[in-house]
Amino acid sequence: MNPQSTFLDFIRQQGDKILSQTAEHIGLTFISLLIAVVIGVPLGIFVARKKRWAGLVLGTAGILQTIPSIALLGIMIPLLGIGPVSAIVALFLYALLPIIRNTYTGITGVDPVVIEAARGMGMSSRQILTKVELPLAMPVLLAGIRTATVINVGVATLAAYIAAGGLGEFIFGGIALNNSHMMLAGAIPAAGLAILFDFLLSRIQKWSLRKSHAAIWLLPVIILLLSSFYLLPAVYGSRLLAGFTPEFMGRSDGYLGLREKYSWNLRTVVISDAVMYNAAREKKLDIISGYSTDGRIKAYDLQVLHDDQGIFPPYYAAPIVRREVLQQYPELETALNSLSGLINDSIMTALNYQADFLKQDPEQIARGFLKQKQLWQPPRNGKRGTIRLGSKIFAEQYILINMYRMLIEGSTDLKVVTKTGLGGTKICFDALTNGQIDCYPEYTGTGLLVMLQPEAAVVARVSANKDSVYQYVQQEFLRRYGVGWLKPIGFNNAYALMMRRQQAAALSIRSISDLVHFANKQR
Amino acid sequence: MIVAEHLSKYFGAAKAVDDISFTVQEGENFVFLGTSGCGKTTTLRMINRLIEPSAGSISVRGENVLNQQPEKLRRSIGYVLQHNGLFPHYTVAENIAVVPALLGMPVQQIRRRTEELLEKLRLPPAKYMNAYPAQLSGGQQQRVGIARALAADPPLLLMDEPFGALDTISRTAIRKELSELDEFKRKTILLVTHDVQEAFALAHKICLMDRGKIVQLGTPADLLFRPATPFVSAFLEQEKMQLSLKSVRLEALWNYLPDAGSAAPPYPANISGNTTLWDALEMVYTQSDQPLFLPGPAGEQGRLKQAGPAELLAAGAQWSKQQAATAPLSPPTNHA
Repeated sequence: MNPQSTFLDFIRQQGDKILSQTAEHIGLTFISLLIAVVIGVPLGIFVARKKRWAGLVLGTAGILQTIPSIALLGIMIPLLGIGPVSAIVALFLYALLPIIRNTYTGITGVDPVVIEAARGMGMSSRQILTKVELPLAMPVLLAGIRTATVINVGVATLAAYIAAGGLGEFIFGGIALNNSHMMLAGAIPAAGLAILFDFLLSRIQKWSLRKSHAAIWLLPVIILLLSSFYLLPAVYGSRLLAGFTPEFMGRSDGYLGLREKYSWNLRTVVISDAVMYNAAREKKLDIISGYSTDGRIKAYDLQVLHDDQGIFPPYYAAPIVRREVLQQYPELETALNSLSGLINDSIMTALNYQADFLKQDPEQIARGFLKQKQLWQPPRNGKRGTIRLGSKIFAEQYILINMYRMLIEGSTDLKVVTKTGLGGTKICFDALTNGQIDCYPEYTGTGLLVMLQPEAAVVARVSANKDSVYQYVQQEFLRRYGVGWLKPIGFNNAYALMMRRQQAAALSIRSISDLVHFANKQR
Repeated sequence: MIVAEHLSKYFGAAKAVDDISFTVQEGENFVFLGTSGCGKTTTLRMINRLIEPSAGSISVRGENVLNQQPEKLRRSIGYVLQHNGLFPHYTVAENIAVVPALLGMPVQQIRRRTEELLEKLRLPPAKYMNAYPAQLSGGQQQRVGIARALAADPPLLLMDEPFGALDTISRTAIRKELSELDEFKRKTILLVTHDVQEAFALAHKICLMDRGKIVQLGTPADLLFRPATPFVSAFLEQEKMQLSLKSVRLEALWNYLPDAGSAAPPYPANISGNTTLWDALEMVYTQSDQPLFLPGPAGEQGRLKQAGPAELLAAGAQWSKQQAATAPLSPPTNHA
């Protein structure tokens, strides 16, 4: 991707995708909202009638609301698998509380004298509900729907993590790829939708004070109409389903490379790497993008497909450090380099396996490894200064920075603070260049293709072998960002496509070309 | 019209209404009077089954209300609440149309009736039909509440402190205006109030209640001059003078007033036998002590009585002495 391209260029190129993602986003928001209204309003009416249930129902809905959205999506996957159903159920659960609560508040807030009068006039309970209570509760009820809508527009971005589409695909892709155009192309429409729906509902809300009958009929029609947006896209081709991370989707050594070099045309969805491996094991996905040293390859019996066209450049891991820090504490370099050459692909996979599958603590894994290599020393006084180590959110990085912490504290007088969980590459690298962290482990391929983004010819030239990539990024990082690459650790955590071993064997698929060929035969 | 027998309502251990019986005649204004918590509102609300009796029976026009479907029963009885209870999301016209619409009256007819009622209640339809309750004053809202109760022209009207939420001046004005309305004259009205003046101004019969029981049921004069218990006299004590003047009508004083004699011929009668002593006194004073001329009752046509303030008060005093001395005490409760 050309770094000089403007935001408008991006919009022009990706216009179709923005539109279809927006439509998916609206669809997700309103399908779940529709279900929440259909279930929440009667529940609200019920608890307004039977007050002793109110605590239980509102409490339960309140607890659901407090579950972090990512966690809720995570809970949904084992139950409902990946894709729209899980996302819609999770969004529905979020929308439930404001709708139940406001229905309840609205109805219990109706002046008892008015209800009394309605009974005294001879209205039946049903007539009191439909002619008096609901119309009078309508402004409050609509405020609940409005809150739920805005919450849903926001949370629906996370649907991209579980292959349910929506504007989150661009947002998370953009974050992962350090591509602010892509990020904005998702974030601006998402924010716009939230503002637009909030505004429209506020109009209906004001309007309903008087012409409540119209609002009651109009609203479901609008919600239904918007819900149908989700049904418009979809309908893809092959029977095999691929799930790639947002980052992989936007990379030239990822999905874009697959399309170009392999003429990739399999049905492909976007999914978070946190759930991707599991989805592959549970046969919700057939092909996933992953990292070649991931412990889950071993744990879930996956097979890495041979990259016969060579689109995945080498990804040798090495610590990157700001130049000032290296100059201030020269001993840091020695400490960090002491790990160099000790970890190859299979050792890293095994370490990752301990973390990802055996659920061992990364700190314990790091200490065990260092002790075995006789590198572990008890921490010294740490009086000379503080080094802040960062990491992206996956086990390999956690293990590495724990090793670095022990090495630094054991062999120098420096103290180490770790900042784990810095989202993706962009967040980590920004933290480094902004001086919020001093060092984190990065991969040569990422440095080349995500940060430096040189012209295609340069990429082709340097990515031919691992040393030329390392030399190129080392040189350019120092020049452009004042950041130094220390010695590579030794393993190559390149991108890879993988399938369940059994399925690959059954279909005799060994390479990516085999896979594409097979998919073409199928349609 | 209404017969209640051994009617009781318990809320847990509390006896809100405790075994009471009463009869209301067709066309009567029947007022439940008492302090708050005496059971008067509970009694009223049992008649249209907003509250179900714990024991006893009520029949309206010979039919036991407990055998009727509550909604149908309520649609056939007008109901006016203290705090009007208008539907804030309905216009005045829509509010008035509630019961007729529930009864399935044709739209045109409902409209004609609504306009007629608004005219009668001095709310010009053109101006008020499409107004919302929040745009009206308290007194206007209460008129709309009354119009709503009258809309389907029910023979029976239940009024629960209908003027209680209004200030004294508008209360007196609206009360007076309503009592002169032909719609009201044709109806049997059961009204609940804690306001002694109001009870005496409107009632044919007063049912004074205390702690769930009827203390005395009778005409206003019965309560004033033949109190059944010390409670009744104590209840009316403070306002007794005013009430006496208001409850006595001039026809009752005929024998105690001086003849007009020779003063008669030039003056026609300017007052009727139905006028209360209070109103007569008010007229005398406002007309700077000009005497009033009262025409003779049935059988004594052609005679005139002449009275100034002093004569009126003297006649009143004599009459009340007579009442207290001669009238036998009626049994205190259970007029069934």
